Amino acid sequence: MSINLQALSAQLLVGLINGSFYALLSLGLAVIFGMLNIINFAHGALYMMGAFCAYFLLNGLGLSYWPALIIAPIAVGIFGMILERTMLKWLTGLDHLYGLLLTFGLALIIQGIFQNYFGSSGLPYAIPDQLKGGMNLGFMFLPIYRGWVVIFSLVVCLLTWYLIERTQLGAYLRAATENPTLVRAFGINVPRMITLTYGLGVGLAALAGVLSAPINQVRPLMGSDLIIVVFAVVVIGGMGSIMGSIITGFSLGIIEGLTKYFYPEASNTVVFVLMVLVLLVKPAGLTGRAT
Amino acid sequence: MNKKIAAFLLGTTVAFGAISGAMAGDKVVKIGVLNDQSGLYADLAGPGSVIAAQMAIEDSGLTKKGWKIDVISGDHQNKPDIGVNLARQWIDVDKVDVIADVPTSSVALAVNNLVKEKNSILLDSGAGTSDLTNSQCTPNTIHWTYDTYTLAHGTGSALTKSGGNTWFFLTADYAFGTALERDTTAAVNALGGKVVGSVKHPLNTADFSSFLLQAQASKAKVIGLANAGGDTVNSIKQASEFGIVKGGQKLAALLMFISDVHALGLNVANGLNMTETFYWDLNDGTRAFSKRFQERMKNKAMPTMVQAGVYSSLIHYFKTLDKLGENPHDGAKVVAAMKEIPSDDPLFGKGKIEPNGRNIHDAYLFEVKSTSESKGPWDYYKLVATIPASEAFTPLDKSTCPLLKK
Repeated sequence: MSINLQALSAQLLVGLINGSFYALLSLGLAVIFGMLNIINFAHGALYMMGAFCAYFLLNGLGLSYWPALIIAPIAVGIFGMILERTMLKWLTGLDHLYGLLLTFGLALIIQGIFQNYFGSSGLPYAIPDQLKGGMNLGFMFLPIYRGWVVIFSLVVCLLTWYLIERTQLGAYLRAATENPTLVRAFGINVPRMITLTYGLGVGLAALAGVLSAPINQVRPLMGSDLIIVVFAVVVIGGMGSIMGSIITGFSLGIIEGLTKYFYPEASNTVVFVLMVLVLLVKPAGLTGRAT
Repeated sequence: MNKKIAAFLLGTTVAFGAISGAMAGDKVVKIGVLNDQSGLYADLAGPGSVIAAQMAIEDSGLTKKGWKIDVISGDHQNKPDIGVNLARQWIDVDKVDVIADVPTSSVALAVNNLVKEKNSILLDSGAGTSDLTNSQCTPNTIHWTYDTYTLAHGTGSALTKSGGNTWFFLTADYAFGTALERDTTAAVNALGGKVVGSVKHPLNTADFSSFLLQAQASKAKVIGLANAGGDTVNSIKQASEFGIVKGGQKLAALLMFISDVHALGLNVANGLNMTETFYWDLNDGTRAFSKRFQERMKNKAMPTMVQAGVYSSLIHYFKTLDKLGENPHDGAKVVAAMKEIPSDDPLFGKGKIEPNGRNIHDAYLFEVKSTSESKGPWDYYKLVATIPASEAFTPLDKSTCPLLKK
């Protein structure tokens, strides 16, 4: 096969765009797993709720994409915190399997409710006027909105990493997961911090949902289609590793993009093949620490 | 010794008599609607097809004549193994007489084989592959609504004739996509056009940008979308984002349903051509049915041609049972009787079932209206041309169905 350099660079860029969604979602998962030890299977459903929230804000209240970018993550984040306070909280200290089952069940219920009312083909959501159109990069036509997604998600990912790894608050958080009793002894409200962390992870999922609404249809199943890949990303990156999941998210997007060019039939399996290979060589993931 | 044999023979005769007595005609019918109830094809078939089946039972008037007719439904999740297992259970355990709808060609082909083996009936509305009435035809299957030949000779031919003589395909990687690409390629070539390339994408893909870039780079005048449902919606939406239509290439949504247009919105879908065999706003008959249907739908959607086809095929089935006077529980026998009477209902008009199991009726080439042309929700299509039944489906002399060779 002759390799067309122009086409190749275009595929790389397109892969990077998909990678930004993987990165944002796997980041949220990693935060939740790293801090709360919960395998959050409801992540896809919460991502979908973010997109629906943007749709409701636009069609119900007339609020455009920009306010939705802030309001939707907060609203869905609050919903997530309610879930944490009322249900997930009771699973602290139990086997991972309980959290997985509970969140998986929640995901099915949430999706089922949305599907009942909105069907499966989804609802249209237009690209905001300011980001319409595209520019010719020579090797490809880049829709401005896609460029925006890459830059914006990169910034959000790095901010989150900074917040957790480099700030005082992040230090408390990490300490609280290592030894909650000791941190509590210093007068820090650990349960509240856990709830807020879950809210943050969920908010990131909802943010990814709002970002994807103009690209994909706003569909009840948009999350369940994506979540399995995102879990593979988290596993490859190392469960709970913040930087690991950001880097793996972007790089897997690129690898998937290349597969779509060279052998499109395998594009939806390549991530899982990689996951198997990585687990065989490094069972804790690329950046994870064996426990 | 002779006495023993005589007694044995007598015993078996009595036993067989009892069995055939149980098998012989009664007035009990069980319909199984098998389709995608929750995935990317759920809006074009799904629960709507079940409603259509219930309406067909009510409208047939058979229950008033003492018939007992039940409908059950199941989700095949677009997976052939799940579909066949469910169908097998329905036929063996639940004594289902007819399996209706079955979109997703890979599932339909698998169920088609099973139904023949069990001498049951498949009234297929949702699947596209023209193989069902060609190489894979059986005396137990009737393919009702449309097939890949119809789509190829409707949209495919129309676009090629209007100057789109080079094509690139975006093809869903399963039985339906392959059949649609094959039939459209034949139609394009027949008119002197050329296919410059194609790319196969997995069923149920969210992001089409990679594939669209390849289509864009091919410089083909027409990009043929040999996919369906959510895949088509996403391809069209993202094609507009990548400026494909503005760049001078035309999109051919070879299979598109009104549910897809509704999901896309007229701003994006405006100007697309598509072939369908039913539209709710064709005439008084279709409007009356569709209004009744819409009232029963949870999301107040109008019927797609697949859902209308489920209704229409069952109406024809009930008409045949009424004529037979009883349900003989013999799939091939009922299907043969169905082929003898012409089909006629307000939804698809007059038609007939060919010996290969293909129900033929008129098809229509539509264009999606612009926002200013549309008078309200679901007012989406304007009629461009009517394709007569004889041209919309594979001519019998070209059908490769083994049943025709006798």
